[in-house]
Amino acid sequence: MAEMSIAEALRQAIREEMQRDPRVFCVGEDIGITGGFGGAFTVTLGLADEFGHERILDTPISEIGIAGLAVGSAMAGLRPIADVQYGDFLFCMMDQLANQAAKMTYMSGGTVKVPMVMRAPVGSTRRGAQHAQSLEAFFTHVPGLKVVAPSTAYDAKGLLKSAVRDDNPVIVFEHKLLYGSKGPRSEAGSVSPIGEVPEEEYLVPIGKGITRREGSDVTIVGKLLTVYRALAAAEKLAQDGIQAEVIDPRTLVPLDKELILESVCKTGRLVIVEEDNLTGGWAADVAAIVAEEAFFWLDAPIKRVSAPDTPAPFAPVMEEFYVPSEERVIEAVKALF
Amino acid sequence: MSKSDVPLLDMYRTMLTIRRFEERCNYLFMQGRIPSTLHLYIGQEAVATGICAHLSPEDYALSTHRPHGHAIAKGVAPRAIMAELFAKSTGCCQAKGGSMHVGDIEVGMVPAIAIVGANIPIAAGMALAAKRLGTDRVAVSFFGDGAANEGAFHEGMNMAAIWDLPVVYVCENNLYAASTPVSVAFKIEDIADRAAAYGIPGVVVDGNDVIAVHEVAGEAIARARRGEGPTFIECKTYRLCGHSRSDPRTYRSQEEEAEWETIDPIPRLGAQLKEAGLATDEALTAIEGEVESLIDEAVAFAEESPSPEPTDTLTHVFYTQTQSEEG
Ligand SMILES: Cc1ncc(C[n+]2csc(CCOP(=O)(O)OP(=O)(O)O)c2C)c(N)n1
Ligand SMILES: [Mg+2]
Repeated sequence: MAEMSIAEALRQAIREEMQRDPRVFCVGEDIGITGGFGGAFTVTLGLADEFGHERILDTPISEIGIAGLAVGSAMAGLRPIADVQYGDFLFCMMDQLANQAAKMTYMSGGTVKVPMVMRAPVGSTRRGAQHAQSLEAFFTHVPGLKVVAPSTAYDAKGLLKSAVRDDNPVIVFEHKLLYGSKGPRSEAGSVSPIGEVPEEEYLVPIGKGITRREGSDVTIVGKLLTVYRALAAAEKLAQDGIQAEVIDPRTLVPLDKELILESVCKTGRLVIVEEDNLTGGWAADVAAIVAEEAFFWLDAPIKRVSAPDTPAPFAPVMEEFYVPSEERVIEAVKALF
Repeated sequence: MSKSDVPLLDMYRTMLTIRRFEERCNYLFMQGRIPSTLHLYIGQEAVATGICAHLSPEDYALSTHRPHGHAIAKGVAPRAIMAELFAKSTGCCQAKGGSMHVGDIEVGMVPAIAIVGANIPIAAGMALAAKRLGTDRVAVSFFGDGAANEGAFHEGMNMAAIWDLPVVYVCENNLYAASTPVSVAFKIEDIADRAAAYGIPGVVVDGNDVIAVHEVAGEAIARARRGEGPTFIECKTYRLCGHSRSDPRTYRSQEEEAEWETIDPIPRLGAQLKEAGLATDEALTAIEGEVESLIDEAVAFAEESPSPEPTDTLTHVFYTQTQSEEG
């Protein structure tokens, strides 16, 4: 076992997949420039020295081009790992992702595949409204895209490797406060979990969630940063005699419904925590699934804890209000008893 | 315009204000008194200054992730920008925007747009409105070399061209987009060559020479006001600082940086002023002192200002429509 940050785990995954399969390559802005940053969060740092600039392909600032190039090269036999510096810029490439990548297989009656990976950092980090959004729900809404959201180093590596090998477009959401990027690229307020990663090859299957903490009284579902908010809340709740079960779905599409439903059937209560805005968020969908499929096991209303329906504010005091806190999770849970 | 009409001393003061403002920001950031990240304008002051010297508060300026210099040159009060960086309620965006979105629509400084290239079609839209509403306003879109490779650049530029919109496109080619040198991102030497593809004039100018920038800007803005359409101005310049926060700048050489230091636009204009007998050392030192006090005052204002309440997050999602604006 080796201890590492999520940024390092992602880098290992990319390195191993590029060594294994010559079709795999990275494409994005500032990812391989000599003396540069290795992408916005250091994930590709040093890889251009190992694999050369043809396989760590630095692009102009052209998001439509990056996404389109990924779609096309995937259709024609390569395995691109595309990179966007901040998730917010996915909006710039929306046509290529939502109309092209997502629909090509369907429109072709299953004859064309688009095995591409699109990596995107999300989360609010004091940069204001255009560098902060959690965009998962925009993409879980588009049929034809798989969506993963790893929150540990182990999962980041295993899921990225699975994403590269998948014959479909996979969007990988990564959280800026979880990377553990070092030096000048480190982030204020980071959680940066260091996790154990096996030396030997492994994959984390797309579509399997995980129980991060067992409990009998309430189920808390989180993803990315909010997994950690949920875990911290669960520890405090335990002091008050409430045992919370914390579930991290890891993959949002296809969702491991069974894991969530089984837990809710056991606990009878559900709180979903996410950093996205409330309305039309992913949490609403999880709530709907549980309401439809496990209504009679519920002892209390389902609660969502999310960002309010506002853009992300700049000021740290407002940002702390905006991003769901441990305290808000505790409050939401207590309101169910 | 004859030489005597050129507001050289004013431009010197503006450039120096931007420089000292940015240096102070950097210092405060390093001390942890300013949160977030900063993209500083150190080295490029002649561009914003030479262009904005022609604009009135009625005209529009659109900016990028690197907006402090444009905002100061367009007339946003330094104290309001500083307060924004300090995340205070008195900031020009009430602490909602932060460094990458500073602006003040009252003086025609559109809240800066941090999505690279996005301001280019928006500037065309503002110019369209200016024209249709019968005003003689112009819109100036500032953007970097990097932005010229966005799809939005092409779409916006072409629309501005086909409809002869009163807009001036100012590409600040500082040789890098974050760590990416222009040689990696372009097959051409001069980005202004692209203007020909849209059928509009493309001009290359020394962006570290405020007098030269001022001159080409004067022509471009006059042309826009006459209804003859957009001009593309490429200013060759260099940022004498990192891309953002603590960028170690290891993707470029110290020799290259040193070379550009020698044509720093501010001492350059200072020397020209003295040579032409338009200013003495004492006069320039006096300006320096005034600028220092202005920045001191801005920092004091920012520090003394109140922080927003957490629940202020919930306001301003929608514009509050007034009676007179209805319908
Ligand atoms: C659409 C989009 N893509 C990427 C970025 C990230 N980013 C911010 S600044 C920057 C470099 C911009 O270079 P340039 O346009 O030359 O402006 P400069 O920073 O040199 O002033 C990049 C890639 C962004 N803000 N928006
Ligand atoms: Mg640049």
